[in-house]
Amino acid sequence: MSSRLPQEGSRINREKTVDFRFNGKNLKGFYGDTVASALLANNEMFVARSFKYHRPRGIFSAGEEEPNALMGIGEGPFFEPNIRATEVKLKQNMNVASQNHWPSLKFDFLSINNLFSRFFAAGFYYKTFMWPRAAWKYLFEPMIRRASGLGNAPREYDEEHYEHIYHHTDVLIIGGGLAGITAAKALRDRGLSIMLCEKDCVIGGRYLEDSKIEEKDRYKKFHEKSIGILKKSKDISVKLNTTVTGIFDHGFVLAYEENQHSNTATKKALWKIRAKTIILCTGAIERPIVFPDNDLPGIMLAASVRDYLQKYGVLLGDRLVLTTNNDYAYKTVIELKRRGIDIPVVLDARASSDNPIIKEAKGLGVRILFGKCIGKVEGKRKASAIGICSVNGEGTIEELIPCNAIAVSGGWTPNVNLWSHCGGKLLWDGECGFYKPDPENTPMGREGETNMLALGACAGVFSNYDIQDQVPRKINQLASRLKIKSKRYIETNVFSKEPEKKTKPIFVLPHGASKDKQKRMYIDFQNDVKVSDLQLAVQEGFENVEHAKRYTTLGMATDQGKTSNINGIHVLSQSLGKPVDKIGHTTFRPPYKPIPLGLIAGQYAKKLFKPVRKTPIDKWNLLNNAIWEPVADWRRAYAYPKGNEGLEETLSREVLSVRKNVGLLDSSTLGKILVKGPDAGRFLDLIYTNMMSTLKVGKCRYGLMCNEAGFVFDDGVVARLNDQSFLCHTTSGGADRVYAWLEEWLQTEWHHLKVFIVNLTEQYSQIAVAGPKSRELLQTFKSIDLSAEKLPFMNFIETNIDDIWVRIYRISFSGELSYELAVNSNQAEELWNKLIKVGKKYKVQPYGTEALHILRAEKGFIVVGDETDGTVTPHDLGMEWIVSKKKKDFIGKKAFSLPHLNSSIRKQLVGILTLDTNKVLPDGCHAVEDGKAIGHVTSTYFSPTLKRSIALGLIENGRSRKGSTLEFEISSKESIFAKIVDPNFYDPEGAKQDG
Amino acid sequence: MLNLFCPICQRDCDETELSCGGQAHLIRRDHASSDKDFYEYLYERKNDKGIIFERWRHVYGCGKWFHTARCTLTNQVFGSYSAKEVQPPKSILATIRRSRVDFKGWVK
Repeated sequence: MSSRLPQEGSRINREKTVDFRFNGKNLKGFYGDTVASALLANNEMFVARSFKYHRPRGIFSAGEEEPNALMGIGEGPFFEPNIRATEVKLKQNMNVASQNHWPSLKFDFLSINNLFSRFFAAGFYYKTFMWPRAAWKYLFEPMIRRASGLGNAPREYDEEHYEHIYHHTDVLIIGGGLAGITAAKALRDRGLSIMLCEKDCVIGGRYLEDSKIEEKDRYKKFHEKSIGILKKSKDISVKLNTTVTGIFDHGFVLAYEENQHSNTATKKALWKIRAKTIILCTGAIERPIVFPDNDLPGIMLAASVRDYLQKYGVLLGDRLVLTTNNDYAYKTVIELKRRGIDIPVVLDARASSDNPIIKEAKGLGVRILFGKCIGKVEGKRKASAIGICSVNGEGTIEELIPCNAIAVSGGWTPNVNLWSHCGGKLLWDGECGFYKPDPENTPMGREGETNMLALGACAGVFSNYDIQDQVPRKINQLASRLKIKSKRYIETNVFSKEPEKKTKPIFVLPHGASKDKQKRMYIDFQNDVKVSDLQLAVQEGFENVEHAKRYTTLGMATDQGKTSNINGIHVLSQSLGKPVDKIGHTTFRPPYKPIPLGLIAGQYAKKLFKPVRKTPIDKWNLLNNAIWEPVADWRRAYAYPKGNEGLEETLSREVLSVRKNVGLLDSSTLGKILVKGPDAGRFLDLIYTNMMSTLKVGKCRYGLMCNEAGFVFDDGVVARLNDQSFLCHTTSGGADRVYAWLEEWLQTEWHHLKVFIVNLTEQYSQIAVAGPKSRELLQTFKSIDLSAEKLPFMNFIETNIDDIWVRIYRISFSGELSYELAVNSNQAEELWNKLIKVGKKYKVQPYGTEALHILRAEKGFIVVGDETDGTVTPHDLGMEWIVSKKKKDFIGKKAFSLPHLNSSIRKQLVGILTLDTNKVLPDGCHAVEDGKAIGHVTSTYFSPTLKRSIALGLIENGRSRKGSTLEFEISSKESIFAKIVDPNFYDPEGAKQDG
Repeated sequence: MLNLFCPICQRDCDETELSCGGQAHLIRRDHASSDKDFYEYLYERKNDKGIIFERWRHVYGCGKWFHTARCTLTNQVFGSYSAKEVQPPKSILATIRRSRVDFKGWVK
């Protein structure tokens, strides 16, 4: 049983108790506890169910490598699933819940998977659920989904406050252990900005906890002095609780800051750091030895056992066995033994060791057995005894030793993930049994320079003496490589030079474990991958490490195989009979540890996720019951329903008001691009398919733009404001695209032309006044004369309405007499209100985008994006009249001469009239002939004017089909028949546009 | 995330401020060109492993286009230059040669 000691614990404050709940049970911890240390203090050793077999699991580590103890933490809008209990600071009234079980942790129905585990080997799902197809949808998938997965997704909107912070630094040091601290000290006073990120809430790494009694005071003094230096140095900023999660191109680094003060709001920030040089001091992670039944609660990494003891005063068990292959792990038994804890036996897989630490342990009365290991662990939900066996052989038990805790250490793996994120290569160190950074193949910066340096344990240097000896030297070398002129940094080594603590690379024990034992030897705890699974993968031909990884899911869980990677690679190498360095390793990818999705979104959530563009008349639209339609980033009024009107009635009223009286449209979203300069006309002649340079001042011309492939790109009316200025109108959604297009051609192809381009879309608003009574309405304002002689079709004038400046275009998108009023945006609302007020006499109705679309479809006018889809030419649309034959060059000219753009079987724009006048064709439905699709519907409406259904469509060789009837398939069972006609349904002579 | 030098702003800028425009130094083919030349201009693009010359627009900055030389293997950047250049300037080619001895020069 785990428990809290009456004293000790460098991280906790025993004066302040903290109440929390675990699976509904009220428990107490101390200020400074992690959730894991508080759970262990309350004897909660069995805290999780495994992912696949739902096996009982306990806390295995004390850091971010934790594979087992994933919790759902918090409540309601602050709930977060899959959080490592070892990393979260305990807070008052915190709600902690275990995951992946039903109905409860202790009685998990799904642990039945464990009984059938021999059926659930690697590739089980691939092999089993192959057929029948329907069973996937109704049986297998729902069943698997219920049984698998980790925590539950939050049900409420995440109310946590996240921030993004940008930072630039000359040097970024990642990790505040001895190497990181020494590097920071060595870099200071050189005119550099230095940032040090430490994932923990304090800096110092392991050296204080690792010190011997007689060294303790000396190290403490050294530590305090170092902290003082870091604090005083203005060029060093230290970020605690900040984990670097990813390193990207050109020194771009993402770090996750999580300030977790008990009882205060959590501050979560994503740091976006650009660092010229990165110094990696990320230390190492202890790895386990793989042995039979190694996943039971009560088994923990040796250094973590010591962490809980020294930092939190928590004891994993009072009868602890250590199994190891290295000298360093003995520190754990020595610390425990000093506190009077019973250590029945230490099993050392090596044949012998002459390190003095062995003698020290022996002196404390510890029984050490060399060449031995664990052959089995007894206990159902908690380890209760171990069976000792010889490292060689199949694992016959020689002796059974009762115990309640097992510490395991298979040596330390340099934490090289971040080195690999951006191209750094790794070298296999066969003597020590780990991968370490290859100093010849480093990550590179923008100029191709080495931009990362690995120091300390992450580079495979473990002794404090060596680190303090090497780091200043390496930093001095770095400074001279970066040509930083400053004094060399020298530091007296405070650490004692000790005989090297050795590790024998042994990964899986016993060596000759039987098949039955291999099925109980877990490599990856989080994904339940066993030695037998990897062997099966090899047997079935998944020999490449990347294949074996995906087939077995080794290292693919949220811990990314931090404790399992090297062991897995070793088992693969054994199964394949190939040395490890010939097998390679899988790629480490960001993030180093999981980060909340909300953090990535940062402040750009809710209203800021995608800000809505609103027109100056938006307020009026809102107050007048507008239904909204998104158009690019804008919101536009789709229709303005009145009273109990149905949508069809609304649309009919709005359309007919334009046909019979007068309607008002907020068309402010229309793109408006000013093209100005002596060469403006020449430039526009190259851009549009028709001639623009000949346009007279005061006149408008409709224009079409194509791309080089000859396909329609955008359209709109161009007005010539004066000799050197053209105002080009674009589609509402296309303004930014067209503006970028014009800039691109001007800057990269025709940069000799003297032209400037300005996007004025938001500077001017526009109001359409359309309908037979539009002239009368506008004439109410005495100042203007809009007679046909004064303002003919496709002309504009500039004038004032009362004291508001307006530019009035006589253009029409409805076929009726119509004016569009451009106004400075700050006066648009005022003008709109005037028009509504004056228009009452004429029963003026505001109309929305849907009525606009119906009106133009009745006239057969195209909309770019409806009638065109990037594969439609002006000829396809029946608009060959707009393609200039005179102009020497324009974008698309060459393409129009190509045979396939002139082929007779191209789809052409036609009008479509259903035989049943009430049946409206579905948008996009296909015309079918001899079982072949020959075209589709591009726009389709019920026309209130014609009181029948109308549609536009693109049909193969459509113009020659006029008069014939085609079948439109709307489902496999139903077709609608319709006649192909000219696309202009209403007033084909154009008599109405003059009023 | 790449960081490129905008020769107009004379500033380093993050990739998020930029928009990539693909291969640089394409020659526009007009109506007088052969169908083959036109096809190549429209659709044929290099996809080199190694040094490439590409177009970028400082879209959330000065709005101007510029060119860069970059290694697609290592993301090493050899410099930025004006989009008006019809071929990479000598200084850029010299920079590339300094770190890539086997660089054969710019090919159209």
